[in-house]
Amino acid sequence: MLELSGLSKTFFPGTANERRALRSISLRLAEGDFATVIGSNGAGKSTLLNVIAGSLPTDSGTITVDGADVTKLPAYRRASLLARVFQDPQAGTAPHLTIEQNMALALTRGRRRGLGPGVGWTRREDFRAQLEVLGLGLEDRLKTRVGMLSGGQRQALSLLMASFTRPRLLLLDEHTAALDPARAELVTELTRKVIADSNLTALMVTHNMAQALRVGNRLLMMHEGEIILELDAGQKRRTTVADLMDRFTSVKGQMADRSLLS
Amino acid sequence: MQAAIEQGLIFGLLALGVFLTYRILNFAYLTVDGSFTTGGGTAAILIYNGIDPYAATAAGFAAGAVAGLITGLLHTKLRIDPLLASILTMIGLYSINLRIMDGPNVGLNMREGQALTTVFKPLKEAKLMASWWTVGILAVVVLAIAAVIIWFLATDFGLAAQATGDNPQMALASGVSTDWTKIVTLMISNGLVGLSGAVYAQFQGFADVQMGIGLILVGLASVIVGNAILGTRYMVLAVIGVVLGSVVYRLVLYYAIYWEIAEAGDMKLISAVLVVIALVISQSQTIRGWAARISPFNRGQAVPEPLTAPELAAEPAEGPTPVDPDPVPGRAGRPAPAGPADHAQKGS
Repeated sequence: MLELSGLSKTFFPGTANERRALRSISLRLAEGDFATVIGSNGAGKSTLLNVIAGSLPTDSGTITVDGADVTKLPAYRRASLLARVFQDPQAGTAPHLTIEQNMALALTRGRRRGLGPGVGWTRREDFRAQLEVLGLGLEDRLKTRVGMLSGGQRQALSLLMASFTRPRLLLLDEHTAALDPARAELVTELTRKVIADSNLTALMVTHNMAQALRVGNRLLMMHEGEIILELDAGQKRRTTVADLMDRFTSVKGQMADRSLLS
Repeated sequence: MQAAIEQGLIFGLLALGVFLTYRILNFAYLTVDGSFTTGGGTAAILIYNGIDPYAATAAGFAAGAVAGLITGLLHTKLRIDPLLASILTMIGLYSINLRIMDGPNVGLNMREGQALTTVFKPLKEAKLMASWWTVGILAVVVLAIAAVIIWFLATDFGLAAQATGDNPQMALASGVSTDWTKIVTLMISNGLVGLSGAVYAQFQGFADVQMGIGLILVGLASVIVGNAILGTRYMVLAVIGVVLGSVVYRLVLYYAIYWEIAEAGDMKLISAVLVVIALVISQSQTIRGWAARISPFNRGQAVPEPLTAPELAAEPAEGPTPVDPDPVPGRAGRPAPAGPADHAQKGS
């Protein structure tokens, strides 16, 4: 479903600030895979998502989604294949548009937008049904501007908007990090539900190791632009947060040694 | 006074154009001063050369749209800041306008002893200019165009254009080519400005290379005043408010002169002061709260909607601010979504 081969990205090349965010990343996600990605700040997790989504160009390597090479496509043209939820609850929705208008934009993601009505009767009923799944009562507030909603509601709506059209690939960029624990829990549960219900292929970046272990069938740990650990579903079940921490510290130590020696 | 309302309606078209850039695309935008004259000059020179006045007026729209296209290309393809791109087009258009009109002005009353035909000819012949008849006819035409804009903004493409101004990141992630929506919206916007110029040239009986100077302020004043009166919560009211704002603006100028508070040369200063006042009013929480209480339309802006949705059962007991268990330095603890009062003043 998703295939990355030899992806590299360096920021500020050739300057004192040069930072190699991705070092020849290769990864293959099968249909229905739900992989969580963990790693410290600056490990390259968000860069990886930005590169897959097309917000950042790659330096080298290829990105294939559902058999189509999208490496050179601009972000808006990848939208027919992949959808994305951002960390910032304000980022995934248009605040001055109503809930139903935002849903209409999500519905037409990656399609040609013409002069048909954005929200007609049929679509409105469809949106209502979709919103009921969230259990937040948003189905009764279709004409409310999204800017009026709380961060948790906006993030739940962003998740729904990203998933209800069943994109080939769902990218989740620390989408629960800016929420308080209860709402983060709500959005995590919704994430699990929508991904399972629609059998979506997903890549979820998170800072929360417990969350990374709890959801999904694969786990990737990144450090300094490389994937340093991959766990499959079985290994993931047997791993605890403490194991991950140990692993993490040892890798960090090794890296530190290496950089001292070099 | 009818003449002032007539002018207000004609400039209402310009204000609708400014609304599309200033409110919908969230652009600081100045091409208006040039594209108004382009529209007026194009229509005038065509009428002067015997072209049907309706076709000439349509050509005014098209000429304005081309000006918008140029600004759009400068901004999207050459990545020039929108404000600078719009100024560049405006300055360049001054020379273009002189070429179009083949001189600094074109008269539309007579040519070689023959009366020229403008769209106002039937009204003039019936001696109905500056009467309630003209006001009514102009109101119907301008409101019909406003209705088309309201329809347009509610289409799939219109929503994409709105998202482009509202949250470009989200628009791109939703597969909106924001370059394309910007270019199309700028073309429609400047088309309306050109149309306004074409009608105004016929209204005043001539086109002049100076006729557009300072009009961006007129447009902004109309948008801000109109949105302060009718609010921006409902698109229908926001768009009609823009036309209303244009009429109110003209009436203010009219009475300023009528009551001898000001003389004709003071107009530009009054425009500038009016924009400042309208901006201050639309930003003042106190006045907005006060307006919300007395206006049936403004409620949704200044008075927060009650958040009735049942949050999840796991709603945290209100206590100390919950701490993100795994905070991202510098990113956690984002402020809550902006209060509803902020949403009405997008771009202002």
